[in-house]
Amino acid sequence: MAAELNDPSRYSTYVDPEFYAALARHTAELDEPAAPVDAATRDACAALLYREARLLDEGRLEDWLELFVPECLYWMPMTPGGGEPTTEVTLAFDDRRRLEDRIAWLRSAYIWSQIPRSRTRRSITNIEVVQAQAPGELLVRSNFVVHDVRPGYHATFPGWTAHRLRAEGDSWLIAIKQVNLLDSDQAHQNLSIIF
Amino acid sequence: MSTTRERATGDLYDQLVLEDRVHRRIYTDQDIFTEEMTKVFGACWVYVGHASELSGANAFMTGTLGGRPIIITRDAGGDIHVLLNRCLHRGATVCRVERGRAKRFVCPYHGWSYANDGSLTGVPWPSGYAPEFDPAKYSLGRARVAVYRDFIFATLHPSPPAIEDHLGAARPLLDYWIDRFPGGKVTARSGAHRMDCQSNWKLVMDNSTDGYHPAFSHRALLQMAQRLGETKDMAYFAESPDDGDMYCRYLGNGHSFIDQRPNYRKPGDYWATQRPTPGREAIEARIRAQYGEEEATRLLDLTVGSQMNLSIFPNLLIIGNQIQSLRPVAVDRTILLWQATTSEELPEELNTLRMRTQEDFPSFGEPDDLANFGECQRGLSIPEVEWVLMNRGYGIEGRQSLDPDGGVTAPTTDETPMRGYIHHWKALMQSDTPVVAEGVA
Repeated sequence: MAAELNDPSRYSTYVDPEFYAALARHTAELDEPAAPVDAATRDACAALLYREARLLDEGRLEDWLELFVPECLYWMPMTPGGGEPTTEVTLAFDDRRRLEDRIAWLRSAYIWSQIPRSRTRRSITNIEVVQAQAPGELLVRSNFVVHDVRPGYHATFPGWTAHRLRAEGDSWLIAIKQVNLLDSDQAHQNLSIIF
Repeated sequence: MSTTRERATGDLYDQLVLEDRVHRRIYTDQDIFTEEMTKVFGACWVYVGHASELSGANAFMTGTLGGRPIIITRDAGGDIHVLLNRCLHRGATVCRVERGRAKRFVCPYHGWSYANDGSLTGVPWPSGYAPEFDPAKYSLGRARVAVYRDFIFATLHPSPPAIEDHLGAARPLLDYWIDRFPGGKVTARSGAHRMDCQSNWKLVMDNSTDGYHPAFSHRALLQMAQRLGETKDMAYFAESPDDGDMYCRYLGNGHSFIDQRPNYRKPGDYWATQRPTPGREAIEARIRAQYGEEEATRLLDLTVGSQMNLSIFPNLLIIGNQIQSLRPVAVDRTILLWQATTSEELPEELNTLRMRTQEDFPSFGEPDDLANFGECQRGLSIPEVEWVLMNRGYGIEGRQSLDPDGGVTAPTTDETPMRGYIHHWKALMQSDTPVVAEGVA
C-alpha cells in the first residue's frame, strides 16, 4: 500500500500545499527576466511543442501523455493570467490521475459532447524559451490557435501556453502545461477537447 | 404565431400544456419566448447573484434579468440595488464591465451621471433643458430586490410576494444546503463555470430534476468513475434508481427536488464515494492528522456536494456545492453559470480541495448534458412530431404520494417534478401581471 501510494496514476499525494506554492512561484516566474537559451535548445523545445500539437490533433492521447513527467499538471486557469487556483475554480486542473480520467472519458463510446468527434488542428507560434530558475528546467511561452471542427460546428480558440519543461536524460518532459484561453472567463459551448 | 383569439381567451396554453405532455412550441416559439421574458422572468423572483460577490461599499456587478442588462450594486450604506442598465436619455448602457467598484455610473454617450442607487445626479449643461425637466423622474429603472440569506433575487412585479412565500417548501431545503456550510455562511467568490447552451432554458430546467437521464446521459462519466475499480458518486442512478430510498418531489410554486441523500447513510459516506480529485490523498492525510478521526470525517464530507438537486423556479439550481443559475438569451440559447463556493470557516486546504471537486462535474458531466440539450432543440424543430412527453410515472395507481404541505413525492426517475413546474409555468403564462420598473417616469 505504502509503495502504491507513490503511484500518481492511482493516488494524488503530490498535490499538497507545497505544490500550490510552487505553482504560484511558477506563475510569477513567467514575468521575471531570465537568461535565453542556445539555438539548439530552442529548436528542441519547438520540436517538442510541434510534436505535442500533432499528437493531440491526431487523437493520440496516450502518446501525448508520455510527454509528461509522472507528477504533472495540465492547467487551464479561468482567471486570465492564472488567478489563484487554491481559491478559484479552473477550466482544468488535472494532476496525473485526473488527466488519465480525462483521457478515459474522451475514450468512452458514450461521450455525447464528442459524438461526432472533434477534428482539431492547432497552430503554435511566438515560441520563446528561457532558463528557469530551477536547475534543469526551462520555461517556454507560445501562442496558439486551435480550430475545433465537428459537423455543423466550428470553434476557434486563441490563447497562449506556458510549458515548464524538465530535463529527462537527453530530452525534455512537460512538468506543467498552463493553457490560457483568451476568453477563459467567458461562456463556451463545448470545452471537451484537450488544448 | 399565436392569434389574437388565442390571446384573448388564454386557451393557447391550454392547448400547449396537457396533463402528461407539452407541445414542442413552448421550447421553439419566438413569441412564447418573448412573452416568457415578461410573464416569467419579469414577474417572478429571479436569482441574479450572491451578496458575497459584492464585498464592501460601492461594489457592483452586471448581469441579466430575463435578457435585460442589469447592474447589481451595493451602495455606501450597504443596501443592494438591482438597476436596469439603460441611460434614460438615449438608451445606452451606463456600465460595461462585469464587476468593480463605483459610486457613480456616467453614461459614456452624453455624460449623464447616476449614483449607485440609480438616482440621476447630473446632466451636462442643464440650462439646455426646459424648467419643468425634473431629474428626479429620470433615475435608472429599478427592480424590486429581496436578499434571502445572501441570495439576491430581483423582480419587476409591482407587488411581489414575500421572498419566503415564494420559496415556500423549497425554503427549508435551501436552508439545509446553506447550513451545511460552517456558520451557515456561503461565499461565492471563486469564479463560475459558464456554459453557452444551444437550447431553450426550459430544457435545462426540465433536466434539473430528471432522475431518469444520469444512467444514460452520463454514461461516459460513470465509466470513467469505475476506472480504478471502486463504486463512486452517482453509480446508484444506473442501478434500479426507483427501488432505493432516493426520491424526487414537486415542491409547489414551480420548485422541484431530487434527494440523493438517502444513499449516504453515515458520516464519511460523502467523502468515500467522491470521485478522485487532485490532492485528495495529500489533504486527507493532513486533515486526519490535524483534527482526529471524527472531526476530520465531518470536515472531509463538507468538501463534497450536498447530494441535493434543488430547483428554485425559474432559474436557480442548487447542485452539489455549486450555485447554478440560468440566463435565457434567446429561444434556443441559454447561458449557464455554475458559481463555485467556499466557506470562510473551513481550513484553507479544504476550500482548495472543494475547488477541485467543483471542477469535476462541469468538466466531465455537464458537457454531455449540454450536447443532449442542444440536440433536443434540433429535434424539436421538426413540426410534424408535436409532443414532448412528461408522462413517466403518470397514471400509475399508488406510485406517487401527496405530501402534507401540498407537494408530490415520486420514484426518482418519474417526471412528476417536470409536470408540476410546467403547470406552474402555464399558470404564469396565462396571467396578465403588469411588470414595471420603479423610478421610471
